[in-house]
Amino acid sequence: MAHRLPSGGLVIDRSKPVEFTFNGQKLKGFEGDTLASALLANDQVLLGRSFKYHRPRGLIASGAEEPNALMGVGEGPRFEPNQRATGVELHQGLTARTQNHWPSLGFDVGALNSWIASRAPVFSAGFYYKTFMFPRVAWKHVFEPVIRRAAGLGKPPKEADADEYEHFHVHCDVLVVGGGIAGLSAARAAAANGARVLICEQTPHWGGRALVETETQIGGMSGADWVRGEVTALSGMENVTMRTRCMTSGLYDHGYALLYERVADHVPGAEGTPRHRLWRVRAGRIVVATGALERPIPFANNDVPGVMLASAVRDYVRLWGVAPGEKAVVFTTNDDAYRTALALHEAGVAVAAVLDARAEVKGELPARARAAGIEVRAGYGVAKVKGGKRVKGVEIGRLTGMGQVGGRREELACDLVAMSGGWSPVVHLWSHCGGKLTWDAEAAMFRPDPERGPTGHDGAVNTLACGAANGYLHTDLCLSDGRVAGMSAASATGHSRGEMPEAPEVQAIPQAHPRPLWFMPARGKYAHGTKHFLDYQNDVTAADVQLAAREGYESVEHAKRYTTLGMATDQGKTSNINGLAILADQIGAEIPQVGTTTFRPPYTPISFGAITGRARGPLFKAVRKTPMHDRHAANGADFEPVGDWERPYCFRRMTPEGRESRAQAVTREILNARQKVGLLDASTLGKIVVKGPDAGKFLDLVYTNMMSTLKPGRCRYGLMCNENGFLFDDGVVVRTGEDEFLCHTTSGGADRVHAHMEEWLQTEWWDFQVYTQQVTDQWAQVAVAGPNARKVLEKLGGVDVSDAALPFMSYVEGTLGGLPARIFRISFSGELSYEVAVPANLGLALWEKLAEAGEEFGAMPYGTEALHVMRAEKGFIMIGDETDGTVTPQDLALGWAVSKKKADFIGKRAQERAFLAAKGRKQLVGLATEDPAEVLPDGAHAVKEVKAKSRMITIGHVTSSYFSPTLGRSIAMALIEGGSERMGEVLSFPVAKDKVVKATVVDPVFYDKEGERQNV
Amino acid sequence: MKRYSAFAIAKEALGYHVGWERAWGNPEPKPEYEVVIVGAGGHGLATAYYLAKNHGITNVVVLEKGWLGGGNTGRNTTIIRSNYLQDPSAEIFELSRRLYEDLSQKLNFNIMFSPRGVLMLAQTEHELRAWERTAHANRLFGIESEMVTPERIKRIVPIINIEGPRYPVLGGLWQARGGTARHDAVAWGYARAASDLGVDIIQQCEVTGIDRDEHGVTGVRTSRGAIRCKKLCIVVAGHSGVLADMAGFRLPVESVPLQALVSEPIKPCIDCVVMANTVHGYMSQSDKGELVIGGGADGYNAYTQRGSFQHVEETVRALTETFPMISRLRMLRQWGGIVDMTGDRSPIISKTPVPGIFINCGWGTGGFKAIPGSGWAMAGLVAKGEDPVAGPFSLDRFTEGRMIDESVAAAVAH
Ligand SMILES: Cc1cc2nc3c(=O)[nH]c(=O)nc-3n(C[C@H](O)[C@H](O)[C@H](O)COP(=O)(O)OP(=O)(O)OC[C@H]3O[C@@H](n4cnc5c(N)ncnc54)[C@H](O)[C@@H]3O)c2cc1C
Repeated sequence: MAHRLPSGGLVIDRSKPVEFTFNGQKLKGFEGDTLASALLANDQVLLGRSFKYHRPRGLIASGAEEPNALMGVGEGPRFEPNQRATGVELHQGLTARTQNHWPSLGFDVGALNSWIASRAPVFSAGFYYKTFMFPRVAWKHVFEPVIRRAAGLGKPPKEADADEYEHFHVHCDVLVVGGGIAGLSAARAAAANGARVLICEQTPHWGGRALVETETQIGGMSGADWVRGEVTALSGMENVTMRTRCMTSGLYDHGYALLYERVADHVPGAEGTPRHRLWRVRAGRIVVATGALERPIPFANNDVPGVMLASAVRDYVRLWGVAPGEKAVVFTTNDDAYRTALALHEAGVAVAAVLDARAEVKGELPARARAAGIEVRAGYGVAKVKGGKRVKGVEIGRLTGMGQVGGRREELACDLVAMSGGWSPVVHLWSHCGGKLTWDAEAAMFRPDPERGPTGHDGAVNTLACGAANGYLHTDLCLSDGRVAGMSAASATGHSRGEMPEAPEVQAIPQAHPRPLWFMPARGKYAHGTKHFLDYQNDVTAADVQLAAREGYESVEHAKRYTTLGMATDQGKTSNINGLAILADQIGAEIPQVGTTTFRPPYTPISFGAITGRARGPLFKAVRKTPMHDRHAANGADFEPVGDWERPYCFRRMTPEGRESRAQAVTREILNARQKVGLLDASTLGKIVVKGPDAGKFLDLVYTNMMSTLKPGRCRYGLMCNENGFLFDDGVVVRTGEDEFLCHTTSGGADRVHAHMEEWLQTEWWDFQVYTQQVTDQWAQVAVAGPNARKVLEKLGGVDVSDAALPFMSYVEGTLGGLPARIFRISFSGELSYEVAVPANLGLALWEKLAEAGEEFGAMPYGTEALHVMRAEKGFIMIGDETDGTVTPQDLALGWAVSKKKADFIGKRAQERAFLAAKGRKQLVGLATEDPAEVLPDGAHAVKEVKAKSRMITIGHVTSSYFSPTLGRSIAMALIEGGSERMGEVLSFPVAKDKVVKATVVDPVFYDKEGERQNV
Repeated sequence: MKRYSAFAIAKEALGYHVGWERAWGNPEPKPEYEVVIVGAGGHGLATAYYLAKNHGITNVVVLEKGWLGGGNTGRNTTIIRSNYLQDPSAEIFELSRRLYEDLSQKLNFNIMFSPRGVLMLAQTEHELRAWERTAHANRLFGIESEMVTPERIKRIVPIINIEGPRYPVLGGLWQARGGTARHDAVAWGYARAASDLGVDIIQQCEVTGIDRDEHGVTGVRTSRGAIRCKKLCIVVAGHSGVLADMAGFRLPVESVPLQALVSEPIKPCIDCVVMANTVHGYMSQSDKGELVIGGGADGYNAYTQRGSFQHVEETVRALTETFPMISRLRMLRQWGGIVDMTGDRSPIISKTPVPGIFINCGWGTGGFKAIPGSGWAMAGLVAKGEDPVAGPFSLDRFTEGRMIDESVAAAVAH
């Protein structure tokens, strides 16, 4: 039985009991417990079912590497699947549920897989690549649905998240990752030299393993006391920031690090705090002091609940005062696990034996164990674990050769097996950004190669590993390694006061070398009958890796993918090295030759909520609003997103029959603008100022038209092409001064056009004397369009807007109705039209003045849809409708705007290429449907010949299509092959399976062909 | 080749699986081959397979500097669809999609093609019109693909947030026979079948130089010695520019990192692939239960198989907005691949300025879906000197201006 010890437990507070629920059962723990320790204390050892075989599983570990004990924690909008019980801090009212079983944890039908596999191992590595192929439809309808339901771990959350998340942006000189003794010493040394230090620790406690190793004395005190002193000293330093519950999840290029702080997971719903905080850190140097992880040993049935890592057993005893069993067998390849035997003994848990894989066992730790009366068997190993839902005993025997158990077998009764296959430095972060590893054969581990670490922007190594993460498993070496790393990190960032904090004296028990033991195939082969698990969560066994190698999946990456080794949520923290060793053995290579797989961020999974931060809902993407936005909303505007802007699509009025429909509103707006006058908020229109002695020369290259000849005070409609000769933006260019132009762009295109201009200026024409500045947000602009437009402006007064003073395509500055304004006489509707621009803060005032002055002339606002219909009536193109990145100005009959005189402009050479100059290209035409009430669907295609079935050869498509209230019929624009030569031809548009719309090719200018209306 | 089947598994299981043979051979390189293919990604392996299968050309070697399928083929998010706008694209992607339908049976390797449907959301009026245009083009071409309403979208994907607030879903383009497949299996399946037909596949063999004389290509230099050949196919995705440089010509291709990530596995919650191009993210769920997530490419050229975190953040934001329930799920793993982008976002399957050298590249962010069709067309081109499907994708389209622009229809072109 697992149970709470009568005393002890460094991190729990026995005076503060905490109640929680596990699978509906009410249980008690203490403050400071993890969900895992509290469950163990309540003798809950069966905590989950495995992925493939649904085998009963319990805790293996006590920290981030735990592969088995995953649960659904929380309720409703705070429910979260797949939480590692070892990482969940217990809190009052916590609810946890086990997952991946049906109908219950104790009785799981899925375990049938395991039974089948025990008769014949049909679910071998990659078996699914070899079957489920017949009949073909069965994959989609039978096999795959079954596999999908069986796979997956926890249930998906159903509700939107109730919590908030935030981001921090931080710079520091030295980031220290890991709050064990190496990390603390590094931080201390770096800080003492004046560096700004940030140190983070993923657990709630500083000190790492030093808290547990009570045999070791640092500076004459216990590890825990020394840690306390260090933490006090560091927290008193101004240049040091310290965070617990904060994991560095990934290292990226040039010293960029991502830290994941679990601010409120242990106090869910706490007011005023985010649940998680993502730290986005740019560090000068990074010190990786992430410690080491213990490896399991792949012996038969090493997954029965009650088989645990030796270090984890020790953690449960010393940190949380929990005995994971009543009688233990320790199986080890090294001295370290003797500490576990001693800890158990001290706590009153019987230790049946320590089985040591080494033939000769000397040294201080084994001696102490022997002195305590614990039986030590040298050269012994576990052949097989007995038991189903809990360990009942082990079969042991003498080790013969590598991993084989020979001779007489004995059985030892126990309910706990503590195993230690040696230690692997946590090199994940080191490797994220390209750091390389070397194989240390003596210590049997991969360790960071200091010469080939991750590099910064200057090519110098910017990351240092220290302590156990660097392969040093001894306390004194960890301390000194940490100090050196801290010093050099500080000095590399310009902080070297020559301060070397005094080295504390360490009294630790020396340890002998481990004997690497990668295999325990018991008798015969792995595959025979029993299972030796490497990757617990994904149910990958040693036999699977051997099979992969046999089938040619010899590279680590192949073996990993074929078997899924290391691809579970623990990312192979306990399985990678053992798997590698077995693979190496199978293909007759050395471990370093086989190499490791790539480690990828994050170190342990981080929430999407944290990554998202505050950018959700209305803050997902900032909305750009014009100064008149609220006024539009009050006026019944239906908004649509245009780029980042929100623009009124139309304004729906209240009528005696209720609120207008969108279509009704649009029709009214169009007719009103055509007959009286309409107001359009055109503030979103892109505005870029181009200024300098070379401004004209520059614009001649950027636009297809000649701009340098434009007279001050005049406007010209201009086209912009990309290097491929295709039209990509258009707008009116105004010469506002001798050396200054104002370029209007499309609303969605302003940023793109500005970037395009800058790219050319900065990379090709860097010698031009030109500045560009985007002023889109600085001006509010209103189009006043319609026969009464002039009257409205005249009523406001202050500027002469007569045709003589301000003819079509000209521009004037003045004070209009008391507001400083720029007035452009330009028209996108075909009506008499002025666009009035005022500084943005006066935008609302302008709008209100225009509305008021316009009232007697019938002024009404109109939205983007009316704008679109009116421009289509006039045959004006719209970027994005008539263009799609494959259309030239010539295709759109805009050849008149492409200068033939200029030596060059962007796109000129491209337009001379064979295909762009060829006959028969798609050209812009108008379409008149035979039935004037029939509106062609957008994007409908014309075909060469209508057939009963596909495929039909298409000759072009509809680019814009509307019902025109002005003309009382439908109109459409289209790009049709050889269109200009097809005038009068009737084309067929098969718009649905059995519907063909016929339309005649006509001039795309449907309304006021001579342009008289805008020229009055 | 020992055939794979449920029966074979049962039989081998009784013998503890010692009877399985290698999936593909591990030969020493010969001094000369008729065709050398550089790059054992999906496209290179499929080319080799169809050269042998369709054209009887088996004196072929595929050279791979790392492990086969370890490039973008083993890093992508496996979206398969064919509802492309332009005719030449529709042609090759639909050929490919059709080949995927029974590829498991043809290769005798379960590549898990799963036509679970691909849904491309329209979240602006402009996008809606673009998809409508594509839907019309597809219907006339004979590709099954249709517009769906927001209500139907909500039924297909109950976890989606169609209300916005920022970008409400206005509709979508739905291809029911699009879906996903198991990426590694595609590479392994082709490798095994090609190897069975006599093709040599040589891994850990990097091509370091290309030899040519006045008539054209004569061979390659590799980390395992020189190999002579009559024809050379360059099929190396992100490294196309490097190989072209060895051969002495330039390509209109840029190499940029493209990233993807997965969540921890959960029970099924989304059945199809959803792509939200306006906000730049897409998501599906693998058979293992992981949410498979991707977005746009990084904004700079690079050869490191990593990208910047900022891109991951943008993608995850977009998807938390689209599927609010994922907020409490966790990112398990992120990675990147180097994709080869052409100016018009369409591939190149073409002869090159060097006689005897053929190139297949430019698949950029969306070439997994094209593996069978591309291999098929490339094999035709190499065997016969021309191929109707490959034709429009020739290199000279850039000098002629004959672009096949798909960026029109989709900002994220998977
Ligand atoms: C993150 C991501 C997501 C994607 N998502 C999708 C998707 O959802 N749908 C889709 O259709 N596509 C997607 N793609 C694109 C798709 O992965 C690629 O277009 C496709 O896999 C390319 O295959 P390939 O065979 O051309 O290249 P690769 O698979 O990259 O193969 C090229 C091979 O050439 C080898 N090589 C390079 N140089 C040499 C040399 N000198 N000598 C020898 N060998 C060499 C490389 O090692 C590599 O194995 C995605 C890509 C990425 C990176």
